[in-house]
Amino acid sequence: MKSLADLEAIRKKTLDQVTLRKDEDSVRIVVGMATCGIAAGARPVMNAFMEEVAKRGLENVTITQTGCIGMCRLEPIVEIMVPGKEKVTYVKMSPEKAARVVAEHIVNGNVVAEYTVGAAE
Amino acid sequence: MEFARGHVLVCGGTGCTSSGCEQIIKEMEAQLKANGLEKEIKVVKTGCFGLCALGPIMIVYPEGAFYSRVKVEDVKEIVEEHLLKGRIVKHLLYNETVQEGSDEIKSLNEVQFYQKQMRVALRNCGVIDPEKIDEYIAFDGYKALGKVLTEMKPEEVIDVIKESGLRGRGGGGFPTGMKWQFTAASSGENGKYVACNADEGDPGAFMDRSILEGDPHSVIEAMAIAAYAVGADQGYIYIRAEYPIAVQRLQIAIDQAKEYGLLGENIFDSGFNFNLELRLGAGAFVCGEETALMNSIEGMRGEPRPRPPFPAVKGLWEKPTLLNNVETYANICQIILNGADWFKGIGTEKSKGTKVFALGGKINNTGLVEVPMGTTLREIIEEVGGGIPNGKKFKAAQTGGPSGGCIPAHLIDTPIDYDSLMAIGSMMGSGGLIVMDEDNCMVDIAKFFLEFTVDESCGKCTPCRIGTKRLYEILDKITKGQGTLEDLDRLEELSHMIKEGSLCGLGQTAPNPVLSTLHYFRDEYVAHVVDKKCPAGVCKDLLSYSIIADKCKGCSACARKCPVGAITGEIKNPFVIDTDKCIKCGACVETCKFGAIVKG
Ligand SMILES: Cc1cc2nc3c(=O)[nH]c(=O)nc-3n(C[C@H](O)[C@H](O)[C@H](O)COP(=O)(O)O)c2cc1C
Ligand code: SF4
Ligand code: SF4
Ligand code: SF4
Ligand code: FES
Repeated sequence: MKSLADLEAIRKKTLDQVTLRKDEDSVRIVVGMATCGIAAGARPVMNAFMEEVAKRGLENVTITQTGCIGMCRLEPIVEIMVPGKEKVTYVKMSPEKAARVVAEHIVNGNVVAEYTVGAAE
Repeated sequence: MEFARGHVLVCGGTGCTSSGCEQIIKEMEAQLKANGLEKEIKVVKTGCFGLCALGPIMIVYPEGAFYSRVKVEDVKEIVEEHLLKGRIVKHLLYNETVQEGSDEIKSLNEVQFYQKQMRVALRNCGVIDPEKIDEYIAFDGYKALGKVLTEMKPEEVIDVIKESGLRGRGGGGFPTGMKWQFTAASSGENGKYVACNADEGDPGAFMDRSILEGDPHSVIEAMAIAAYAVGADQGYIYIRAEYPIAVQRLQIAIDQAKEYGLLGENIFDSGFNFNLELRLGAGAFVCGEETALMNSIEGMRGEPRPRPPFPAVKGLWEKPTLLNNVETYANICQIILNGADWFKGIGTEKSKGTKVFALGGKINNTGLVEVPMGTTLREIIEEVGGGIPNGKKFKAAQTGGPSGGCIPAHLIDTPIDYDSLMAIGSMMGSGGLIVMDEDNCMVDIAKFFLEFTVDESCGKCTPCRIGTKRLYEILDKITKGQGTLEDLDRLEELSHMIKEGSLCGLGQTAPNPVLSTLHYFRDEYVAHVVDKKCPAGVCKDLLSYSIIADKCKGCSACARKCPVGAITGEIKNPFVIDTDKCIKCGACVETCKFGAIVKG
């Protein structure tokens, strides 16, 4: 350890591993993971989100699952909560769609309207 | 580095280790594997969360779900329901976090146990994996050391600590910045030392152990800062060998810090060198006294020596030595990072910051708590501590362990800080807080602490060695119903002699439990002496059990229960207890459904 920069590098590298234990507001990705969700392919979707978040080294993003939200025919369903913004619900998700949602919605702040529940109804 | 979407934090403190957290961790890892989740979910073994009474404890992030009293059989359900499907297993949660009629769980900060707490010294305990230096660094670890070595002069560091108002947490409450300044001012031609007192001999106290188990780097970093400030290059942590988990984690932490160059030569390229070693103590209470501690580190008998010279002038190997307590050190990095003003903003006029207490005795949430100075005893007991079990009444609390005194119920609104506690005849001590209810006898409590000091007195000086023994004998006589009113005066007189004539703090404070119980609970002493009664029903020699003939239905249940056959009678007629045979075990009282058996 020769400089503060070295220390900061270790801090940064470890930070996304521990942010979810901090109290700060974070972007939350919630994947529907009841039996219906898992049957419809929710696990690959969740894995795709995790890979994307890790690949991009995004801080302050947490990924959780939830039970059935009662729209089984639209599974896999993913909700994205950005602090201070309204919750966005994406339906009939796939791993490919997940990558796009991370890139456009989470990184750039543009909701991918065509995947949302509004577009599907 | 891998990204995990969920973290399972399992407490690996001493409390939870004894309630079986190791098996829980093993089972968790096996279940995660069985469900193919081992890459997504990370298992972290942390230090104490504070709610040791509810252990083993597990917290699942990002939800912050707090599972208490987890059993090996529960792990499968938590994995399959919560970690796989995202459905929090409500019936296994700590019940205070469950909100009726809602799927949301309360965050830990809303739970009464944590609400009034403020975690400065314990900030990382139960949050990071103490065996991974990277996690400590991620939570701003070693940033304070970096700042000090690259931006501050030693005098500036001392000024910040002085300005913060931090006082020693080891019991005495001496201003930490002043001590640093004295040590810095001593000539260090032949070297200086910094040392950490992790002896923690006070019965019922485990604050320092928990800090070292849960966040060892915070003490290591602070010692390096202290060494820089006073001009030392070698440090020792004196810790009792009875703390194996803490010793192990400290050693791991020291090795990791060395590997990263955060201990050793030329730290942060500043030219500053610092090495740190552990010294294990055998666990004698007197070795916590500073001069005895230094003798023990040097390999000699752990006996106190007269002061002055103070350690700041002549300490280890006759060289200037800075000695601070574990919790004192645990505050240092936060003061450096957040500034003296931040720290000064917490607490009372003369006692700044927070204090960690180990809650024990008759209290629901036995465990570890950290509250701002000035929090009242009532808040600690009723809110943080969750009150007294079984609807009993609060009678007194003992702070300061064998050196402290009791605080009676009418003073429950006393704000806890160094000076208010002194003013009512107790002391802050290192942080043991033992709660007593109406079933505790105060004479018996005083006797308990005196028995401890008699055992722990090193024997070097007569007032302490013989005096405490005599105090104990008088107390013993009183609890046996053989005391006289003159004995009460003798207790007082002898106490003052011991306080004045003893060499070290052990003897000087040993009579405190006697003096304070005599002061606040003289009635209870008088009841033992004059009425030959123990009002709390503790002192066996003063108890007798009897059956109220009017209430007795003659069912014989008690007679069958009595282990010595002391109860006799004819069915459907009142039974009687033969007091000569009775060994006062109390078993019969609980057996009688009609409340016919009384003790008194
Ligand atoms: C009998 C006796 C036992 C003590 N035990 C401890 C102890 O276990 N831990 C501790 O930090 N200080 C203990 N002290 C206080 C130390 O002598 C010393 O004042 C303290 O470690 C200084 O650190 P501080 O200024 O940071 O509180 C004890 C004192 C006496 C007289
Ligand atoms: S006061 Fe007691 S413990 Fe202290 S030096 Fe004297 S005999 Fe030893
Ligand atoms: S107190 Fe114990 S020994 Fe005495 S009468 Fe009751 S059961 Fe028997
Ligand atoms: S149990 Fe109670 S009622 Fe029954 S014989 Fe004993 S004292 Fe009497
Ligand atoms: S040891 Fe686990 S909560 Fe204290």
